[in-house]
Amino acid sequence: MSADDPAERQETAVPAIELKGISKAFGPVQANRDISIRVMPGTIHGIIGENGAGKSTLMSILYGFYKADRGEIFINGRKTDIPDSQAAIAAGIGMVFQHFKLVETFTVLENVILGAEDGRLLKPSLAKARRLLKELAAEYELNVDPDAVISDIGVGMQQRVEILKALYRQADILILDEPTGVLTPSEADQLFRILHRLKDEGKTIVLITHKLREIMEATDTVSVMRRGEMTATVRTAETSPEHLAELMVGRKVLLRVDKAPVRAGRTVLEVENLRVIDEEGVERIRGIDLKVRAGEIVGLAGVAGNGQSELLEVLGGMRAATGLVRLNGEALALSGPGSDGQARRAAGIAHVPEDRQREGLIMEFHAWENVGFGYHRDPAYRRGAVFMNNAALRADTEAKIAQYDIRPANCWLTARNFSGGNQQKIVVAREMERNPDLLLVGQPTRGVDIGAIEFIHKQIVALRDAGKAVLLVSVELEEILGLSDRIAVMFDGRIMGERLPGATDEKELGLLMAGMAREAA
Amino acid sequence: MDFVTLIQVLDSTVRMATPLLLACLAGLFSERAGIFDIGLEGKMLAAAFFSAAVAAITGNVWLGLLAGVGASLLLSGLHGLASITFRGNQLISGVAINFLAAGMTVLIAQDWFEQGGRTPSLTGPGRFPPITLPFAESLAGVPVLGPVYSELISGHPVLVYVAFLAVPASWWILFRTRFGLRLRAVGENPAAVDTAGVSVVALRYGAVAICGLLCGIAGAYLATALQAGFVKDMTAGRGFIALAALIFAKWRPWHAMWACLLFGFLQAVALRYQNIDVGGFTIPVQAMDALPYVLTVLILAGFVGRAIPPRAGGEPYVKER
Amino acid sequence: MDRMPQWADVVLIPLISLILAAILSALVILGIGEDPVAAVRMMVNGAVGSTYGWGYTLYYATNFMFTGLAVAVAFHARLFNIGGEGQAMLGGLGVALVCLHVPWPHWSVALVAAAISAAAFGAAWAAIPAWLQARRGSHIVITTIMFNYIAAAVLNYMLVTALRPRGSMDPATARFPEAVHLPTFQQIFSSAGQPLFRGAPANISFFVAVFACIAVWALIWRTRLGYEIRAYGHSETGARYAGISPFRITMIAMLISGGLAGMMAINNVMGEAERLVLNATEGAGFIGIAVALMGRSHPFGVFLAAILFGFLYQGGAELALWTNIPRELIVVIQALVILFTGALDNMVRMPLERLFQAIGRKRRDAGEGAPKPGPRSAQHEPEPEP
Repeated sequence: MSADDPAERQETAVPAIELKGISKAFGPVQANRDISIRVMPGTIHGIIGENGAGKSTLMSILYGFYKADRGEIFINGRKTDIPDSQAAIAAGIGMVFQHFKLVETFTVLENVILGAEDGRLLKPSLAKARRLLKELAAEYELNVDPDAVISDIGVGMQQRVEILKALYRQADILILDEPTGVLTPSEADQLFRILHRLKDEGKTIVLITHKLREIMEATDTVSVMRRGEMTATVRTAETSPEHLAELMVGRKVLLRVDKAPVRAGRTVLEVENLRVIDEEGVERIRGIDLKVRAGEIVGLAGVAGNGQSELLEVLGGMRAATGLVRLNGEALALSGPGSDGQARRAAGIAHVPEDRQREGLIMEFHAWENVGFGYHRDPAYRRGAVFMNNAALRADTEAKIAQYDIRPANCWLTARNFSGGNQQKIVVAREMERNPDLLLVGQPTRGVDIGAIEFIHKQIVALRDAGKAVLLVSVELEEILGLSDRIAVMFDGRIMGERLPGATDEKELGLLMAGMAREAA
Repeated sequence: MDFVTLIQVLDSTVRMATPLLLACLAGLFSERAGIFDIGLEGKMLAAAFFSAAVAAITGNVWLGLLAGVGASLLLSGLHGLASITFRGNQLISGVAINFLAAGMTVLIAQDWFEQGGRTPSLTGPGRFPPITLPFAESLAGVPVLGPVYSELISGHPVLVYVAFLAVPASWWILFRTRFGLRLRAVGENPAAVDTAGVSVVALRYGAVAICGLLCGIAGAYLATALQAGFVKDMTAGRGFIALAALIFAKWRPWHAMWACLLFGFLQAVALRYQNIDVGGFTIPVQAMDALPYVLTVLILAGFVGRAIPPRAGGEPYVKER
Repeated sequence: MDRMPQWADVVLIPLISLILAAILSALVILGIGEDPVAAVRMMVNGAVGSTYGWGYTLYYATNFMFTGLAVAVAFHARLFNIGGEGQAMLGGLGVALVCLHVPWPHWSVALVAAAISAAAFGAAWAAIPAWLQARRGSHIVITTIMFNYIAAAVLNYMLVTALRPRGSMDPATARFPEAVHLPTFQQIFSSAGQPLFRGAPANISFFVAVFACIAVWALIWRTRLGYEIRAYGHSETGARYAGISPFRITMIAMLISGGLAGMMAINNVMGEAERLVLNATEGAGFIGIAVALMGRSHPFGVFLAAILFGFLYQGGAELALWTNIPRELIVVIQALVILFTGALDNMVRMPLERLFQAIGRKRRDAGEGAPKPGPRSAQHEPEPEP
């Protein structure tokens, strides 16, 4: 940290940002409730909370993306109205969104000047931006090729462009929303070096994340959000990850899932030299080998976008591949007829997909229609050659609603009207009740409330204890460490190594996820 | 085909290509900003009627042009309201506008003129006269270049020159100005424009208004320059051919001009020759009529180069984190 | 989002849209110096005031049921088929070929054959845009529009060359033989003493259209194929997850859609004109868009909307006959209906949603005190199956 202790400044200076009593509701959902916070200038201020705690909503209000229902915003001590992004920019606020806001067909330079051009003609603006970009690059180690087209550069570079955009607009306050979600640990470290550099130049940085490690490593102060409320603001140096975790979820959390020792049986899933080339011609999986045995949970760790999703999609019948996949000793078709989701289900694979809203459920369908989703050709749900047996499907749904405690217990509601946790329970109920040989689980607890997380974890373990094979994909290392009997780490379409959860830690896995330390295996 | 005939066909090509080109550039601005517009046809038709009607009543073709552009802008505003403000389906809105124009023009024409849904024939100052460019007559005698200049380039109504000058103007606006940069950005990723502090709504309305303006000129040209008055459904699918040309041109102004000239040439040939003999094999006139549409389908299918539309095209913008 | 009860979505929104379209149409009639009340009276008299009027209304409605169902089925798969017009034209070709070139013993056999042929031709014409969409990613809206024009050119060519009888100047086929003439309502319902539907073109194919409505309802809401079509229409990624082939659904939905549009020809070509003429479809393919939007893509809604448009068409013809209001008034009304039920849907929907939310909040506040955060479904009642 800098010699000049930020904690000291906190006592005397005018806060760079002060929010007073911010509230925001989306329909009946209260996303932010009476939130007050002070962010001191020249500090890195973390905001931590679970998915759905309201962090991003709060920052979007600060950036003029949403309008608060109530509350006031003070920037550098002055009350400021921020009705739109323009006002936020004028107030010296820059924001790097989780999903970048770049025009893919434009060059870096064009993206940087967009909305901040000098005058009506482009030429002088571009020339000026080119000059300024060079200066910024030297000052903050933010090197990018100004003439590169966005679609040709990697996510790490794209993020730099976003930061440059903010700096080009002379932002003094920089908000970053979950900036490391798409980065490898080493890229993330690089980002944090840049952020420290910015801080040293007197910029104020707000870092939104749900990762404790980042908060502990990078921030001076941290505010914790829970269910739309701000529960605490503490100096990072004076707190611990356990304490923060407790503040986040409101009670002591079980970081470990209770489960019996593994009793792995015969090999259920065997993957050999699997390769996937996506629609753009990029090789997403570059030849992997993997085994999952009966009665064991294999966790696939990795930064999002390193091939885990594609692997699940191949096994679930959503994507073509080459190589060899055997289920219970029998080879599965990997492309063409017999390789779709129907064939996979018939073979005994159930699939809780990563994105329940876009894949696992039809949001406009009733709960009972969703309970048949993917199994709608099942003889039990069929009447004659062409008709569905809707009555049977509804009866089945009623049973699952009771068994899995899905609320509200109403099979006529559309999926959209259930909370994230209950939506996931519908998917989990549907897939687990098929009693599959192999269960594919992707991000089982993303956007799911704590109570449902525990329930879903227990269900997964129960299936494993019943002698089924489970392949788990999650970007949450804690979830991987807590649930898995064996952990495989993916990086850039390859498996970097396998570890036993008892014999590894987040640090080692992090290195593997960054594609390093293969020799350390 | 001798030289004189060739010049005549090309001359006719220019005249047929002009409304296509104006409508095509209109669509270019709209679609580059992410607003699909299959209502080009309707806007042109409305403009054709109102320009002819006002020109017939006042005897002033410029007032007619103004009225035509006004009518087209009004329909553009409706399309904007539906697709920008109320985030409706842009395709359905376009379909509605086409029918609205088809019905209203005849309805009003019948009410005003009682000539079975047409306007009286325009004469004299009610039409755009051909313009003779400088030296056209004195150079006419020069072999080859003379007739090309005096017959092909000179002697068109002013709107023809407007249309062809609109090509470099559009290119310059789109690729050399701030407005153009933002307009292209809003068609590719409106969120980027929004977070950069620029109003997506204002930009898109701006683009839709330019579209209306150009469609208005196209319609006015049809009724007051190419022909002498309005008749029912006189656009005859030109709005859709312009759309086809736009796809053919992959949303680029210069390419749009060549595409429109090609389709204009097809129309000119179909107009002049009923059936064409090619080495004993007769190409029926219907095949010539269908050719622009067949070409478009082939282009869309990616058999003749891939056409990738602006990425945010057709999607209403909803703020999302 | 389900912020409103479903009945409001199904009944209230189309109704309000219709009223808005009606008010604007009335203003248009006022604007051209006619009396809207008198106009409506004349339309009602002309369209439903006699069995003759009904005979025309139902004849038009038959066309619109076929084309409306065609658009609706495609809508369920989130495909916008603007090509109903061209598919119906080709359907006419199918009917003409079957009726002219096969010596049918009885109209009933001919009807079945003609219906199959019409559907096959219409489906084939829809299959190309469908294939291009599914395999090459060509936008189906643009390709179906293009195929309308191509269909017109094809038909034009066929009628002036191959199908035109020797010596005839008219671009039309010969008259169909007596044996394939379909029974009209006049023949079906008239008794010796009481002639009904005299001279009106409504014929037996009306019942085929009604049957088609029922069949489409069963298909969409009761069969596995319908389930897959709806699932694909709501979410393509979801369909892939469930093992529903996007290619297969796109093709099947468009084949059914094109087939339905093509089947319209048994009404207008076989039932009414009894020969194939140029522009036999008279824009019915496009009216299908308005009918499907208005009917919320539900076969029963399509049935009602088709009858409404049949009424408008016949009423409009009467107006054109007796007043200074041209037939194009119908096109305006059609445009307004498409505008309000399709493009400006949100304009009607947003205030209604707010209204229902306010009502919901009030009811909840009264019931259990302050609103709580959490699943936002608590205020919903069970909904009936659509």
